[in-house]
Amino acid sequence: MLRWLIGTIAFGMIASRALAADPVEIHIGYLGHAGVKSTLSLVEQPADNDGLAGARLALEDNNTTGKFLNQHFVLDEVRLKDGDDVAKAASDLAGRDDYIITDLPADALLKVADTLRDRGTLLLNAGAIDDRLREQDCRANVIHVAPTRTMLADALAQYLIWKQWKRWLLVVGSHDPDKLYADALRRAATRFGAKIVQERTFEDTGGARRTDSGVTLIQRQMPVFTQQAPAYDVLVAADESQVFADYLPYRTWDPRPVAGSAGLVPTSWDAAHDQWGAIQIQNRFAKLNMRHMTALDMQAWTAARMIGEATSRTNSGDPKKVVPFIKSPGFSVAAFKGTRLTLRDWNWQLRQPILLSDGRMVVSVSPQEGFLHQVSELDTLGVDRPETKCKLQ
Amino acid sequence: MWRRCLLAGMFAWLAAMAPASAFVAYVSNEKGNTVSVIDSDSWTVTKTIKVGQRPRGIEFSRDGKFVWVAVGDDDTIQVIDTKTQEIVDTLPSGPDPELFTQDAAGKTMYVANENDNTVTVIDLATRARVGDIQVGVEPEGMAVSPDGKILINTSETTNMAHFIDTATRKIVANVLVDSRPRFAAFKRDGSELWVSSEIGGTVSIIDPVKHEVTGKINFEIPGLRSEAIQPVGIGMTRDGKTAFVALGPANRVAVVDGATHKVIKYLLVGQRVWHMDFTPDEKYLLVTNGVSNDVSVIDVAAQKVIKTIQVGELPWGITIAPQ
Repeated sequence: MLRWLIGTIAFGMIASRALAADPVEIHIGYLGHAGVKSTLSLVEQPADNDGLAGARLALEDNNTTGKFLNQHFVLDEVRLKDGDDVAKAASDLAGRDDYIITDLPADALLKVADTLRDRGTLLLNAGAIDDRLREQDCRANVIHVAPTRTMLADALAQYLIWKQWKRWLLVVGSHDPDKLYADALRRAATRFGAKIVQERTFEDTGGARRTDSGVTLIQRQMPVFTQQAPAYDVLVAADESQVFADYLPYRTWDPRPVAGSAGLVPTSWDAAHDQWGAIQIQNRFAKLNMRHMTALDMQAWTAARMIGEATSRTNSGDPKKVVPFIKSPGFSVAAFKGTRLTLRDWNWQLRQPILLSDGRMVVSVSPQEGFLHQVSELDTLGVDRPETKCKLQ
Repeated sequence: MWRRCLLAGMFAWLAAMAPASAFVAYVSNEKGNTVSVIDSDSWTVTKTIKVGQRPRGIEFSRDGKFVWVAVGDDDTIQVIDTKTQEIVDTLPSGPDPELFTQDAAGKTMYVANENDNTVTVIDLATRARVGDIQVGVEPEGMAVSPDGKILINTSETTNMAHFIDTATRKIVANVLVDSRPRFAAFKRDGSELWVSSEIGGTVSIIDPVKHEVTGKINFEIPGLRSEAIQPVGIGMTRDGKTAFVALGPANRVAVVDGATHKVIKYLLVGQRVWHMDFTPDEKYLLVTNGVSNDVSVIDVAAQKVIKTIQVGELPWGITIAPQ
């Protein structure tokens, strides 16, 4: 009897301890720059928490799931100011976090990747679209959630070809990112059979983006800039630096649509996207952040959800189990794009459909019907396996 | 001779009378904001009822007197009187209701509210909200076990089937399934729970006692990329021998052996096939094809599509009158 009693008490203690066990904590770091760049359109001006807000929502979603599995996710946010040492900030974060979501320019990201190379920290690139990070400068410890310039350019090109707008007038800004985007657009034109009838450069001569009577000037300037062009179907603008592209729609000499950096824009996310259950995340995001969800928000959300997804599937807080699972062929993540998103195992780029948005509506989603691929139609977007320069190490 | 004639005539008359067993199906048209009423005698739409915004989940009451339709963008469930075919009332569903289910007695309704991670419990006699249950992110699929003791809810971003005790309204188990679980269905004998995963592309077979996934149905269609295979709606015959799984943008319904879980064949239907319901005699299965705006009629015994019926814009759910 006594034995039975002791046994019961002991069992009760074990049971209550098991029930009260602290949840497994998973720390995710977020490393980005403070401050945002200025845009031509006031409505496009990013919020101060652009990107971070998406990661925060994913943490809420992960924790809703985590409460059923006794897992708890914590976000560790670091915003760098000009002059801050990115390598040191990354090392500090890596001391606490096994995963770091980054919104950094290419060079800063490479510095972080090389600093943390031997620590086993997984980096998830949510911000940089540079192809070289997935090609000659690829790193084994970096997963790329953001699409590349070539993926964006290919997504746009497929639609323009479908639309039979095959003659492009390409207008390129004078800054380096603009030139990189133009490279991607030229490559897309060659791949899918468009013809660039002429190229023009729009020199950035400086000047403010906000003025009190700018519109009068722009209305005179843009038609003149686009006159005497050879016959073309669509003006394609490469202006990541936000100098001129948004001034082009309705102001071209010839009445032609604009695409690329203005008009019809390829993007990983748009606040107007409501298909495939997307309305649910748009509502959740707006409720939490009191604003619309941007592409960077979605990329950060997806990065944090990938960690959450792998943590629940492996039922483990151990990155030695979670990271190999993310990199295994069976891994996929759902992100309201109508198909599962998977990783390209040759450079750890996330495959994803690309939305084409006119700023008010989602006009189409690429890959377009009829662009076929032997492995995945999503691989018709961007640099494919046979062309890659990446050697993962 | 005369006798034979009379007999033949009588048979003809009887055959003509056979559609006394005609059935009525109600189809929710998500984009059209309408419900199409189909008569199984003529396989035509006999009436189109204007409803609230974004009608999706749709079901007959057990007594056949009402059809409930969840109108998500109006945050309510509308009640259609099947005699007058008019909206007569609403139910307090909670925000953005999508799918719902009812218990065997038709006394309690359980509603998945996508927007706030809850399942709402409604007392059907008083049409009052009597409770909420917190579940995972984006609740969707709903099913009650044949013994009425367990309510299943699937959550699309959490990727789980939540087992809820209907007496205590507490979650008693969570089973992880593949990405975006959309629909849950029990075998009539309660031995298996099937859950479809739209993005994962599978149907999980779950042991409802052990709370474990015991098997998975995979679908392979030659010439079709695997991402296009997105299982949503499930229909199982009462004897549990045959199941039908709608494969969304694969434009096919898979016929699955209920015992071996092997796919027997794929039936080509309309575009983006979503949900389904059997006629009470289980002779026919009707499936909704969202993108082609029609409903396919499947002859269950022959496992063949015999008819296509045009309905409203983006047909989503379907329910057929009990007899």
